Amino acid sequence: MPATLQHLLGIKGLSTESIHQIFETADNFKQLLNSPVKKTPSLRDFTVANLFFENSTRTRVSFELAEKRLGADIVNFSSSSSSVKKGETLIDTVNNILSMKVDMVVMRHPAPGACMFLARHVNAQIVNAGDGTHEHPTQALLDAFSIREKLGSVYGKKVVIVGDILHSRVALSNIFCLQQLGADVMVCGPSTLIPKHISGLGVKVEHNLEKALQWCDVANMLRIQLERQDIKYFPSLREYSMQYGLTGALLNKLDKEIVIMHPGPINRGVEISSEVADSSHSIILQQVENGVAVRMAVLYLLAQHQLEQSRA
Amino acid sequence: MEAKILINNQQTELIIRRFVLQLIEHHGNLENCAIIGLQPRGVSLSRQLMDKLNELKPGHQAKYGELDNTFFRDDIRRGEIHLPRPSKIDFSTENLNIVLVDDVLFTGRTIRAGIDALMNFGRPARVELMVLVDRRYNRELPIAADYHGVVVDSRSTGEYVKVEWNPNNNQTWLLPNKG
Repeated sequence: MPATLQHLLGIKGLSTESIHQIFETADNFKQLLNSPVKKTPSLRDFTVANLFFENSTRTRVSFELAEKRLGADIVNFSSSSSSVKKGETLIDTVNNILSMKVDMVVMRHPAPGACMFLARHVNAQIVNAGDGTHEHPTQALLDAFSIREKLGSVYGKKVVIVGDILHSRVALSNIFCLQQLGADVMVCGPSTLIPKHISGLGVKVEHNLEKALQWCDVANMLRIQLERQDIKYFPSLREYSMQYGLTGALLNKLDKEIVIMHPGPINRGVEISSEVADSSHSIILQQVENGVAVRMAVLYLLAQHQLEQSRA
Repeated sequence: MEAKILINNQQTELIIRRFVLQLIEHHGNLENCAIIGLQPRGVSLSRQLMDKLNELKPGHQAKYGELDNTFFRDDIRRGEIHLPRPSKIDFSTENLNIVLVDDVLFTGRTIRAGIDALMNFGRPARVELMVLVDRRYNRELPIAADYHGVVVDSRSTGEYVKVEWNPNNNQTWLLPNKG
């Protein structure tokens, strides 16, 4: 019997086999999404709650579409318009929602580890849609899936993650996922935005963007997370942009073509110029498209686990 | 009951040849037709069928595809874990005559899911069903084959029909149980 997942809390702890299983299932969903009728009834007896305690556009729409296209019933919840404002705890909020016969919870939360905490204290399957600066597993999966689609495989590829590594959950999940699949990973950014001990994860560190680009096959550009920065990490956005902004001129200097990725939202003219973001090197919109297929695969496989449990 | 061979290699070849002749009889040059094998086991038959069709009717117009019905099954989260296999249909099924190909027709549930999966690719003019073995007394849904190789009249749901597709040695077994 193939291995199935109970929760998706992070990439850490996920086996290579599970990641490949997600990708192969996502291949089928991608094909389905490109057929005239984009729906399946496979989760029609299933209810998912989307709990977003933090703002999101892409991830939330992507999960919602994935759930709807699998035929699941969904309920959306955002902290700004809920009883959380009245002082209810996270566990109470979730248990109240679960008592209305919800099978799975997709949660985004500003606190690192919130999903892990929840998985230990409530009886439901949890999908992490981003927990603070910790992990964003579905983003890493769709990034790796997009690299695999564009370059044929992730194994042996050189990927540089550029920008605010310190505050980025996307960076951490990407590092775990890419390394698990056999890619070589480098991080690049000003030293104030690179965590001190990150080389302990086995990644290379580079502070010069041009050198990093010369090394890599794929560059994943990250946004500066101003909302998580309580102190100044660099003198000005303009200076950051001059040192770490990806421009057409910089790409033209390279003696090869590289793939440009960005998890969004893009700050045009800061970490990436419009010229590069809209160029043929960029697979930013393919990433978004693949996000729905990958999330469908995750939800589909998780739903199968519930069956295993209920039979046991 | 002991395991016995239901269809040997030579009979399988004759059946596939008969299928091709029946298709030509019903659909001529097979313009506006698509042969679609159902994953996983129907594609072994559909691929051999296409080889024979290319041999007996070179220049035929039939399109060919393979279809996975996993996401449309009615037993998701009720039995085994179902992982998908690739579908390969690079054409619209709109207004086509579809011949759906599978190895064994048993309860009819696989075919029901297959028809649902097929409808995602367009609205076909008509769908026909071709199976190597038709276990006609075990149906759980009102589904019938248009083309069948052999008919098994066993009413026992314990008995199991197993088709082994080997290069140049295809054999279909009737076994006393699934194990």
